[in-house]
Amino acid sequence: MLDEIRGALYIAKKDLKEYYLKPPTVSWGIAFPLVFAFAFMLRGWDKLWLASGLLTLSLFFGSTSMSAASIVFERRMKSFERLLLFPISYFGVAWGKSLSSFFFGLLSSIPTVMIIQLFLSISPHNPVLLALCIVGSALQFSSMGVLLAFAVKDPAQAMTIFNTIRFPMIFLCDVIIPVSKLPKYLSPITLAMPLTYSVEAIRYALIGNYDIVPPQISIPITFISFFVFLYLAEVLIKRSIP
Amino acid sequence: MDAIVVENLTKYYGDLLAVNGISFSVKWGELFGFLGPNGAGKTTTVRMLCGLTKISSGEAYVAGYSPIRELKLVKKVIGLVPDTSNLYPELTCWDNLIFTGEMYGLGREERVRRARELLEFFGLLDKKDSKFDQLSKGQKRKLTLAAALMHRPRILFLDEPTIGLDVRSRRMIWNMIRELNESGLTIFLTTHNIYEAFNLCDRIAVINRGEIIANGSPAELKRRFSGSEVLEVSFDGKMSVEEISRIPGVIKASRSGESFMIVVSDPLSVMEEIVRKAKSKGISLNYVNLRGADAEEVFLRIIGDADA
Ligand SMILES: Nc1ncnc2c1ncn2[C@@H]1O[C@H](COP(=O)(O)OP(=O)(O)O)[C@@H](O)[C@H]1O
Ligand SMILES: [Mg+2]
Repeated sequence: MLDEIRGALYIAKKDLKEYYLKPPTVSWGIAFPLVFAFAFMLRGWDKLWLASGLLTLSLFFGSTSMSAASIVFERRMKSFERLLLFPISYFGVAWGKSLSSFFFGLLSSIPTVMIIQLFLSISPHNPVLLALCIVGSALQFSSMGVLLAFAVKDPAQAMTIFNTIRFPMIFLCDVIIPVSKLPKYLSPITLAMPLTYSVEAIRYALIGNYDIVPPQISIPITFISFFVFLYLAEVLIKRSIP
Repeated sequence: MDAIVVENLTKYYGDLLAVNGISFSVKWGELFGFLGPNGAGKTTTVRMLCGLTKISSGEAYVAGYSPIRELKLVKKVIGLVPDTSNLYPELTCWDNLIFTGEMYGLGREERVRRARELLEFFGLLDKKDSKFDQLSKGQKRKLTLAAALMHRPRILFLDEPTIGLDVRSRRMIWNMIRELNESGLTIFLTTHNIYEAFNLCDRIAVINRGEIIANGSPAELKRRFSGSEVLEVSFDGKMSVEEISRIPGVIKASRSGESFMIVVSDPLSVMEEIVRKAKSKGISLNYVNLRGADAEEVFLRIIGDADA
């Protein structure tokens, strides 16, 4: 068990060293949420509502860009197989890959938090809960990124597929448009999207209310989905062995 | 138990039979060569032994452990240099080695000492802070070898260690392989280079189309194959290399212009079968020639595309 934790941390450290300061990662992980942030600031919408969506979004992009890039790249270069030769379980490998994204997600949410503080001077409804929700969301997204990166057949198309999944989520998951205002027939899709739960959790912790999913449900779901996604990633790694 | 024991090892990729029930063993301390043409099943065999490819059937023991049931134990005692140098291009040589040491659970001091020692052994100390991507082909190969040695494995797998290298790098790598073997490391290497197999290895298994067709010391193999013969035939109709290859007793068949060059150990029975096959297709033989062959020629014909 200790071996697994250590191995996962070393993989994360290596990934941070190798990829995280690369221009594409930085632009996707940090610049993109910033652009969004300013876009939000300009509109005359409910700023509290948007602030929570915005924070989740920066976590979302921050914690999914990295894993996708690193796994896809390593699968193409065949260096991913190096990880499978080390005496660590496939779950440990998936975990290590998600851990680096997790740290990067947390890191890239800092500018957004600062923008929110600066422009809106919001004091969170429950700071401790907010920290917990941020951690839960970063875990959820990072493991989701890992899962998607293993799910794509052709690494060359990974980014396209990735963004076709990511962008609709922004509009379906309570980030900008309240789910309660969306047509009823879309709600099964909304409820199937992991992003919905983290938005709702963070929104509750930040401003004290939610749209459709209460925090007692949304917060545990972020953590549970982390394990489910990693488990599924492990299954995919196993299946990728010819 | 021997370092590697393989019994009836078989691999199917879907319907494709890549490795067909091979059996062999490698003794501790041996430098064992797996010689065969492209597509023979060498890489597949190595990958099965290292747990990177699933075993369809049969048994294997690596340092006494089964890659099917005790993969983690296998992984701890083996090092693998795959057919492409696949270290992390954006990490420095040093970081690549240190990361490898970390993943094998070496302590901090041990990692640093080992990385320095290996960089020195491979003459890469001055490249310590260069990114892997910036190395030459030969240097990349050496660093990939160094990484496979970080945790002091008991058995080293080398998949085509000198493929694509210039003569100078090739010789350097050969010397290093020899030196490592002399220091007690058991080495399993695959190659399609006859010269490499015969000059480096203690024992060689010749693999062709997923089957081991010969196994012995270089001297033994030369003796055995020097009795072989080459049958040259041509037909007045269509015949394929595959059809001839399937005839029992055919060691290797290849096409050379209009005629087929067939290495056989028992020319009479093969001849009989060829005539029967031609008849059943309604074609007949245009030309037949039989002559003795020396071991060199037999191996060149078996390996076909060797660059030695
Ligand atoms: N992942 C794979 N999927 C399907 N077929 C494969 C795969 N890997 C190898 N093969 C096939 O298996 C056979 C043996 O390949 P390989 O073991 O790579 O041979 P060698 O290393 O001796 O050149 C070849 O016909 C090859 O095309
Ligand atoms: Mg090969």
